[in-house]
Amino acid sequence: MVSAVPPEAGIGVSEMTYLSTKTLPSNGQVELTRTPNRGKYVTLAFTAQSDYYGLDRWDYPARMRCEEMVEDLVFAEDLHKTFNGLKAVDGISFRMSKGECFGILGPNGAGKTTTVRMIYGFSPVSSGTLEVFGMDINKHARLIKAKSGVCQQENNLDPDLTVFQNLVTFASYFDIPRATAKNRASELLRFMGLEHKKRAKILELSGGMQRRLVIARALINNPELLILDEPTTGLDPQSRHQVWGRLAELKAQGLGILLTTHYMEEAAHLCDRLVIMDHGRILVEGGPVELIHQNVGANVIEIESPSETLLTYVEESDLDWERLSHRLLIYTRDGETLFRKISESFCDRGCSLRMATLEDVFLKLTGRELRD
Amino acid sequence: MNWLPHISPRFFRILQRNGQVLRRTWQVNFLPPILEPVLYLLAFGAGLGLLVGDVSYRGEAVSYVAYIAPALIAINIMYNGFFENTYASFVRMYYQKTYDAIMATPLNLDEIVTGEIVWGAVKSLIATILMVAVISFFRLLVYPQALLIVPLAFLGGLAFGSLAMCFTAVVPQIEVFNFPIFLFITPMFLFSGTFFPLETLPHWAQTLAQVLPLTHLVAIVRALAMGKLQAQLLLSLLYLIIFSALTFVLAILLMRRRLIN
Repeated sequence: MVSAVPPEAGIGVSEMTYLSTKTLPSNGQVELTRTPNRGKYVTLAFTAQSDYYGLDRWDYPARMRCEEMVEDLVFAEDLHKTFNGLKAVDGISFRMSKGECFGILGPNGAGKTTTVRMIYGFSPVSSGTLEVFGMDINKHARLIKAKSGVCQQENNLDPDLTVFQNLVTFASYFDIPRATAKNRASELLRFMGLEHKKRAKILELSGGMQRRLVIARALINNPELLILDEPTTGLDPQSRHQVWGRLAELKAQGLGILLTTHYMEEAAHLCDRLVIMDHGRILVEGGPVELIHQNVGANVIEIESPSETLLTYVEESDLDWERLSHRLLIYTRDGETLFRKISESFCDRGCSLRMATLEDVFLKLTGRELRD
Repeated sequence: MNWLPHISPRFFRILQRNGQVLRRTWQVNFLPPILEPVLYLLAFGAGLGLLVGDVSYRGEAVSYVAYIAPALIAINIMYNGFFENTYASFVRMYYQKTYDAIMATPLNLDEIVTGEIVWGAVKSLIATILMVAVISFFRLLVYPQALLIVPLAFLGGLAFGSLAMCFTAVVPQIEVFNFPIFLFITPMFLFSGTFFPLETLPHWAQTLAQVLPLTHLVAIVRALAMGKLQAQLLLSLLYLIIFSALTFVLAILLMRRRLIN
């Protein structure tokens, strides 16, 4: 196969080596074109001819990447989405690397779902650049979707089909041969702890089981990118922890996971890197620990019903503090010393020191007003 | 051109999906095409037919039962295409979010809509085969011409399914389907040369009836059933083809407007 590569395609040695390790469709004709794509990807288009229920043959262009050159799974630059004049996504830029778990956090209406919908080709981009696997979403949505697994916010399992049929039928949309699909479906049901529900109807499943099945379904095509839009919303703690466990396993296997959530604990647990969005813009970007240190410090001192003297003290100090209706929060890097000082001089009870969390960062950046 | 439907043979997957569901519920689905003609033919043949006597069709007297039997087939074609792509498609699209789930796979919306419409046509075809078989027992069909009703059912299913899909793309909720049924389906059921010859209507009503797709479908089915083919029917056939093509493209455009944003 590889020897059929025409020299004018300009394929380098390492790329040839990569190609030779990959199995190309036996009846496919390899036709190589090189697309400069910020120097990171080489696009190898091949035309495979597929017998599809004897219906017809059609071109199935696929792209292959040279492993050592791959960097971004998702690349967004100045991305905008406008609905009837409303700016849902207002100029965001980010990158997500292979094998990374990337989180998009934000309150309701921040633009998280709109962003991921653009990434899986559901919602057309208004303006800006959006590339997934190095391909432009506007031009290659079908290919991108073929290599992605998507778990939408709503449980849109097929209630007309059983649990097992849901997976096998979904596999058919990816042109996965039936025998392979069945094996894969059984494997995924085992992985998600749903084996005993194989023949159940969807409506017989609990919310947690449905969610796990949606995730199993998103994995049916062995995706290179798993997109999860609020995967654990509405789940009980047991189900949530089970889902986290499975996602951590997938991540360990090298799967890139893009996750939106408003559970800070979830993001801290799973994400290598995250952005916090609000009003269609990215406020901050970084690792969970890094973001906590940068934005709120290491510790938080919480004081219930603070006395006037303490309030005067913090107002006059250069401390980073926040006043809530009945509480005072002080963000600090040097918790111990400050805590001892404050608790000794200003309050004898209702004063506590704790580690700063991502939730502190989130609330500090996006404010505390209700969003719905 | 962007507005053109973007379709690959992948739409076949939708037919497979719906076919799989049908395998569980086929008894419920295909009982009507078997039972309905029997009931109608008994009621109209044994009951009303005695009052009406013979009807004139192309200068020949035919029994009332023989006159309405082809109309029953045409109505059944209309119902199968129309109801599959209104209520059933709407449930899948709106309540079950099946389209949303499939849109995250390599299929696109145009293919989903195409699959749904073609599926409605396939259901029309299957129902027609059953119904033709039942009516044959009453010796009301002339063979081999009547066999052509089967492929015609597919075209008819496409026509009414595409029309139905246009409504599905615009109705805000499922109850609103009562409007197109009340405004289009019921008048067509009654005034498309189904139960009485169009010639008995006032002239303006006859002209109006020519706009209705069911009029043309009934005309062709009746001619095939009686074995009396005429060149003029090609116009009716052309009408159905153009009607299907236009409503099909319109259905896709309206569906995109509804779901892609």
